[in-house]
Amino acid sequence: MKQLLILSGKGGTGKTTVASAFIRLSEARAYADCDVDAPNLHLITKHSKAPSRKDYYGMPKAEIDPGICINCGKCRENCRFDAISVNERSHFVDPFGCEGCGVCEFVCPVNAVSLKSSVAGDLMLFKEGPVTFSTARLKMGSGTTGMLVSEVKKQMKESAEETDFAIVDGSPGIGCPVIASLSGADMVLIVAEPSLSGISDMERIIKTARIFGVIIAVCVNKSDTNPENTNRIKDFCKLEGIPYTGSIPFDPMAVKAVNKGMSIADIDCSSGTAVKEVFNKTMRLLFPEGRHSQK
Amino acid sequence: MPDFTDMAAKNLKIAILSGKGGTGKTLLSVNLASAAADSVYVDCDVEEPNGHLFFKPQWNIEKEISVKIPQVDPNKCDGCKKCVEFCKFNALAYINKNLKIFDDVCHSCGGCSLVCPQGALTERDKAVGTLSVGDSEGVRVLSGMMKTGIASGIPIIKELLTQCGSLEDDRPIFIDCPPGSACIVMESIKDADYCLLAAEPTIFGRHNLEMVWSLVRLFEKPHSVVINKCVDQSDPTDEFCKENRIKILEKIPFDVELGTLNSNGKIAARENTKYRDLFSSLLEKIYREVPHEATVNSER
Repeated sequence: MKQLLILSGKGGTGKTTVASAFIRLSEARAYADCDVDAPNLHLITKHSKAPSRKDYYGMPKAEIDPGICINCGKCRENCRFDAISVNERSHFVDPFGCEGCGVCEFVCPVNAVSLKSSVAGDLMLFKEGPVTFSTARLKMGSGTTGMLVSEVKKQMKESAEETDFAIVDGSPGIGCPVIASLSGADMVLIVAEPSLSGISDMERIIKTARIFGVIIAVCVNKSDTNPENTNRIKDFCKLEGIPYTGSIPFDPMAVKAVNKGMSIADIDCSSGTAVKEVFNKTMRLLFPEGRHSQK
Repeated sequence: MPDFTDMAAKNLKIAILSGKGGTGKTLLSVNLASAAADSVYVDCDVEEPNGHLFFKPQWNIEKEISVKIPQVDPNKCDGCKKCVEFCKFNALAYINKNLKIFDDVCHSCGGCSLVCPQGALTERDKAVGTLSVGDSEGVRVLSGMMKTGIASGIPIIKELLTQCGSLEDDRPIFIDCPPGSACIVMESIKDADYCLLAAEPTIFGRHNLEMVWSLVRLFEKPHSVVINKCVDQSDPTDEFCKENRIKILEKIPFDVELGTLNSNGKIAARENTKYRDLFSSLLEKIYREVPHEATVNSER
């Protein structure tokens, strides 16, 4: 299965808008939303059947039994995450700060600490005919996004083994959820934005993606809002030897499509026409020999 | 009504966050800090920091941020594997009579060094990013930048907020948060007195606002919403706020001029009186909200 991952560095450049159009244009049978702390793809890919759900267990959290705690302070001294506080009777754990390392349990001289498993999110799998869509939602206050991203991808792969192509909608930034989504990806399409912030963030995500040795391509969304910066991005790509797969203009129809739960490829609009071009160029990079029909 | 403005501004920490990216966190933070003139701006989006592109400060202090990573003395290690069994993050493995350490997944908890009966494990510093401090027309700018390839920016965010707490002045502090609602956001808003949620009038914006709203409620932070890029059409985010009685402090219309200034790294409030007035009035609304919200919360 070849995996096309959509990333951006900066948030809000149009990852999900592009991903949903690509899903439509490729008639993708496998796709996933790895932006687990702000997932949106499900709002636009219509599914008539409810998904199957699974609890996702993140790292366990430490708990201190106040009846056993002798207030010696060893746990607090050794906790690197400042997750332990104290009152006059006992020490206690801040579950938001606790990373589940188990150091407090190890150093406690009276065995007052235990690690309790905790639900950190909700894994969802939509299956409809030949189509598989894997997504998740992180529980508020939980921290292990990278692990949840890996679970989302694993769930997609297991459920759509025979499929030749999958589209993965990524998350903003360059940290653990992005790194988790990069592992196993064959190609990354970066949706850039023609602003100084967008350019700076694009350069940083390219640096990160290069560590993983994947094919990298760039397209620009809302390209006409700052043609000068769009040209700077094109020049940058040329200089760096990164394929540029096209410019998508700012299009008020795009917002309307999204708010109706449709992709820009579903309606006749300027951004929809442009995204088809980006799609064709991207697919030629991922499948230089041409893609076998999935029928 | 008593005037809370002065009281509110002192030492006040305002976090600007949003579930969805690109809704205008940096736009709001940078312009509010500029409208306040005498203020502190902290860029906690250490994965993709952008505030410095607007303020263009002369950096006065730059320091490296590092975390502790274990290292093994192979002469002392007798292969008991106690560290491997202890590590919850699978950052250690004993392969071919050698202890391997995987820096990238290590959480720097220090547990392996504690459990090693031979004292074969010690810790070394691993650089994860930098912290920079500078000034820009009365605004003190603190910015963290994570190195590429590093998984977590939390140690940098922690250091930023510690630095910020040690500043010996009572200027208002504007915290520009990373997008999403995960651990890096929680770390950024932990000490905030007030949270401003930047949202967008789309179903994506609505859905992500819903998530970040539950996060600020979980942390019991007083908050309100600014809807950015508003156009004349049905607004699912506005509906969501009304359904849940969340205060909308401001609606900023979709504006090509503002967008262009912003995409060229210009601070609108410094370029144009129209925008200075917009952000000054938003700032006043925030200052008026804070004591009010604080009273409401203490009555609960």
